[in-house]
Amino acid sequence: MYGWMVTARYYEERLQEEYLEGKQPAFDISAGPIPGELHLAAGQEAAAAGVCSHLDDADTVTAPHRPHHVAIAKGVDLKRMTAEIFGRRTGLCKGKGGHMHLFDSAVNFAGSGIIAEGCPPAVGAALAAKKRAEDSVAVAYLGEGAISQGGFLESLNLASVQNLPVLFVIEDNDWAISMPKGRVTDVGNGAQRAGGFDMPGKRVDYDDACAVYEAAGEAIGRARDGNGPTLLEVQVHRRMGHFMGDAEGYRPEGDSERAKQRDSIERMESTLQKAGIDDDTVDDIRDRSHQRVEEAIEWAKDQPEPDPDEAYNDVFTNPPAGWTPNTKPGQTESAGDDD
Amino acid sequence: MVEADEPETAETTGERETTMSRAMVSAIASEMRDSDDVFVMGEDVADYGGIFDSTDGLLEEFGREKIMDVPISETGFIGAAVGAAQAGMRPIAELMFADFFGVGMDQIYNQMAKNTYMSGSTVNVPMVLMTAVGGTYNDAAQHSQTLYGTFAHLPGMKVVVPSTAADAKGLMHTAIRDDDPVVYMFHKRLMGIGWMPAPDGPKTSVPEDDYTIDFGEADVKREGDDVTVVTLGLHVHRALEAADDLAEEVDVEVIDLRTLVPLDTETVLESVRKTGRLVVVDEDYHSFGLSGEIVARATEGALADLSAVRRVTMPDVPIPYARPLEQEVNPGREDIIEAVQSTTE
Ligand SMILES: Cc1ncc(C[n+]2csc(CCOP(=O)(O)OP(=O)(O)O)c2C)c(N)n1
Repeated sequence: MYGWMVTARYYEERLQEEYLEGKQPAFDISAGPIPGELHLAAGQEAAAAGVCSHLDDADTVTAPHRPHHVAIAKGVDLKRMTAEIFGRRTGLCKGKGGHMHLFDSAVNFAGSGIIAEGCPPAVGAALAAKKRAEDSVAVAYLGEGAISQGGFLESLNLASVQNLPVLFVIEDNDWAISMPKGRVTDVGNGAQRAGGFDMPGKRVDYDDACAVYEAAGEAIGRARDGNGPTLLEVQVHRRMGHFMGDAEGYRPEGDSERAKQRDSIERMESTLQKAGIDDDTVDDIRDRSHQRVEEAIEWAKDQPEPDPDEAYNDVFTNPPAGWTPNTKPGQTESAGDDD
Repeated sequence: MVEADEPETAETTGERETTMSRAMVSAIASEMRDSDDVFVMGEDVADYGGIFDSTDGLLEEFGREKIMDVPISETGFIGAAVGAAQAGMRPIAELMFADFFGVGMDQIYNQMAKNTYMSGSTVNVPMVLMTAVGGTYNDAAQHSQTLYGTFAHLPGMKVVVPSTAADAKGLMHTAIRDDDPVVYMFHKRLMGIGWMPAPDGPKTSVPEDDYTIDFGEADVKREGDDVTVVTLGLHVHRALEAADDLAEEVDVEVIDLRTLVPLDTETVLESVRKTGRLVVVDEDYHSFGLSGEIVARATEGALADLSAVRRVTMPDVPIPYARPLEQEVNPGREDIIEAVQSTTE
């Protein structure tokens, strides 16, 4: 777990550096080697590591717009994920998805940038597992800002009435862009939503990966045993802005500093120390994680960009005969030429 | 949230140069001062001032009762705006990106758009649904669409797409005062936000006093005799640049539709009767949409005058992330130039 957490943290520090390249001095979202939005998850690693430790490749994870830490813990190919974020042809999605829409079918990982809309597909994966009598489970991640969304609530209901092997994980970082949790929901504990669907709900306070591990283990065990869904809320912290370039003018004085003090990684380090793991072992895990990240970034930057024409592929798996995505210049229609 | 250029000092004419977002905000603020029935609901509209600055500064003047941050629940809050409008208020709801329409679409096209008709006009829905559209910054398929055609296709909603600050303000005043639901679609790239530089053009001189712009009046943004380019939003500016580049060889007329519902067919017809050549430029998908509609109206109304028609559109592919891919599909100045030239070959 520690390895994934430090990999995720370092990965995002490096992505941040790469992202800011070319965007200085005046921040321009479309400039530099990584354009578009970039949502970093520093401070949320415990929720990824604690849950995904119980999963293998056959289990499905759906992630929202802030996906890197979960992807890393789920075992998504780090090099190809990085290439995707850099918009390269050899990226996970051939440069078509980008950082919010990472798909790695080898480990059943999928993303969506639409809030809460990863929940229904996770229910579907669980439904498939049940129909095929497989013991795999599905995990849907969402933020606390997403718990008011219809797609989430409908998913809880469907999973419950069908008794499906799915775990919903709310990452409560207290912020939905500029809106603090208290302004958009009256439940301090999002796991209470479970009550309305007759499923177990549990909240883990503090971003303690070991406590998450324990709670998730119970839930996933229950799911694998055919005992249905669980809702788990994990307290995490948003150390950064919502996305890169967010000046966070809405955030009260001291709030990000407080978020940084509660650091899941430092907490994990002291847990390891208490468990008698020596510093060299910890250092070694960290060094190897950093090494892996550097290699992924180096590799990704060396990859070719897609050819513009590749934009027209992949709309269908099986393109219908005669279908064309447009009339390109040169083959444009013309009216009245013969008049 | 880097601060955009602030308006320069007021001039004696009562006009000042301002960004499109400031122009929209000033219309909303003025309508709110005039009527207690106007209020704003949306995600991040209060402290953040709207992700694209569409409500920037309103919280300070009007407070949280009127500038309401709402839960991420588009069905809930867009539907609540419908209900409040039916109760006689004039809500402005913001759907952060047009791409998210799916989440609240029932409230948009089965309630907001249809209740007037289904009730035989015994209720009406005087609300504005404001939403950001457009790509050009590599945000991929779920955050880059314009969807002009989708909204304009569904009867019952007026659809507005400003391209300059002056238009944005006048059209916003009209939208808020309108007794019907209005979808107000603003292109992110035109807003004048610090982190997404705008092309030259959307920042215009804007009268400080209130004024309205009637819906259904396209604006001829550039006059010309040889080829008519019909477009809207960001692509007005791309078309104008293309027209300037072509000035030596072709005299291009650029029509900014400004509203899709109602659509000013007459101005388009008048122009193609003069030029005989039509190019439609649209950041929306190619098939079953706006470009087909304009071509259809032109051929219905002026077939005999037409010698060439071209469409420059987003092809029928979800918008890709990587820069070379997005640049390939998003209609650029070069594509417009090529299309215009090909009509005169
Ligand atoms: C349906 C929909 N509405 C709005 C958005 C815009 N949006 C993206 S992230 C976000 C906040 C999400 O907050 P939360 O779920 O708490 O996750 P966090 O960003 O804190 O990880 C919003 C409103 C969206 N992507 N999809």
